[in-house]
Amino acid sequence: MTETAAAQDLLQSTKDGVLSLTLNRPQVLNALTHPMLETLMASLKKAEKDAAVRVVVLSAAGRAFCAGADLGDLKKGYEAGNAPSLGTELRGWFNPLIAQIRSMEKPVVCAVNGIAAGAGASLALACDIKICGEKAKFMLAFVQVGLAPDSGISHSIVRTMGLSKALEHAWTARGIHADQALACGLVNQVVPAEELEKATHRQVEALLKAPPRAVALTKRLLNRAQSTTFEEQMEYEAQIQEVLGKTKDHLEGVTAFLEGRPPAFKGE
Amino acid sequence: MPSAKAADPKSEVLVETRGAVGLVRLNRPEVLNALSYSVMEKVVEALEAFDRDDAIRCIVLAGSAKAFAAGADIKELEGAKIHDMVYNQQMPRWDRIRRVQKPIVAAVSGFALGGGCELAMACDLIVASETAVFGQPEINIGVMPGAGGTQRLTRAVGKAVAMDMVLTGRRMAAQEALQRGLVARVVPVEAFLDEAMAVAQAIAAKPPIAVLMAKDGVSRALDTSLETALSYERKLFYLLFGTEDQKEGMAAFREKRKPSFKGK
Repeated sequence: MTETAAAQDLLQSTKDGVLSLTLNRPQVLNALTHPMLETLMASLKKAEKDAAVRVVVLSAAGRAFCAGADLGDLKKGYEAGNAPSLGTELRGWFNPLIAQIRSMEKPVVCAVNGIAAGAGASLALACDIKICGEKAKFMLAFVQVGLAPDSGISHSIVRTMGLSKALEHAWTARGIHADQALACGLVNQVVPAEELEKATHRQVEALLKAPPRAVALTKRLLNRAQSTTFEEQMEYEAQIQEVLGKTKDHLEGVTAFLEGRPPAFKGE
Repeated sequence: MPSAKAADPKSEVLVETRGAVGLVRLNRPEVLNALSYSVMEKVVEALEAFDRDDAIRCIVLAGSAKAFAAGADIKELEGAKIHDMVYNQQMPRWDRIRRVQKPIVAAVSGFALGGGCELAMACDLIVASETAVFGQPEINIGVMPGAGGTQRLTRAVGKAVAMDMVLTGRRMAAQEALQRGLVARVVPVEAFLDEAMAVAQAIAAKPPIAVLMAKDGVSRALDTSLETALSYERKLFYLLFGTEDQKEGMAAFREKRKPSFKGK
């Protein structure tokens, strides 16, 4: 695949502090190719250091969000009767991307328009805030091809849905509909399909108004809560607060409150 | 408190004092603080100078947020022959760190690889940022650790994990390093130097002779039989009863007040 084709498959634009990334292979339900994953990863890495980007929005073109990995990349191996090393595939492509989304300190907002299956569901759920159109549906399709959930989704579904529900959906590949996903805390909001873009925009606007250092360290803090004890987490809160307490934005926030005016945060 | 002495910002090793703490900072950001022979000489000289300075009670050795030190300066090593390595007397310089009496706190953020990992381990304790990454990747470039890596890493994390790191070159992130006892504390990247300084200030406020004896005692645990080390510890303990600080410390404890230590 040429570089231009990869660029076509993943649209990018930066405007007013927002990097918009759009999966754009609607004819194959936005299945993820290696070049797309590579471009996605490179864009997120760049966004991490780019002062012009404060929020990332991931969305998709067409009726689906993402059907998961494009098996085309592995097709040759299968045709020849050789099973590919999926461990290597995950460690080399999907895991680093998912880890990047979780670890980068700028918020990643996902607009889920339709079906998100397999690694496509993993990708959507790895984002910080998930806004769903009413037709959004998450499918742990892995079992349909004799595999188990991957790319981080086994971690997130157990923590949100609980073990029984997670096993049920992973074993049956029965779709988790938007409303159901909302009810169990898997996603943040469900809106009519035609309002998805507007609802996403509202969420982004709110994030752009927030103090960036606090937003960043809050993500770090809440990420950590997944693997710490209560006492460790309280200590970590104290450490994070020590850092934020010394920022200009904290002073601005307190001063603005005392003066009864809205704060103007600068990310310092 | 004596006024802080500022360092020349262009120097490849920055040395300054903050109260009773001596701060030594690696300052070659363009090469992620690669440890050239000249940098190592300056580091060791700075540590020794602080060790001799009566006003200093504890030392902090730090890199930048991005890198403590990413390794040796490969340019200096690539063309070397056995003869050069044996006779150039560069490696024995590392032994001088072990002879520093005052505690050295390593403030590690980002890469601590190869010589950088060895330098951190040569200190008495490591305060790490949550972005710190430790590793001995020398095997990837045809050699092995040569400044204590195989010995100190094994003592810190045990044989199996040390073998894994030394033979495969795998890296270890801060949280794992904390769990395995390679580092003493992990804090957010923004705070790693402050935390290391706070640890050093806390040590600096303790009775100085007891601090030196205690460091000596703990260090002895790593290379002496238990029988000998326990006997050695007991003698160090007895010795402290010859200090004024012992009398002051115990009296203050009894009188429920803060002790005032004099280093005597």
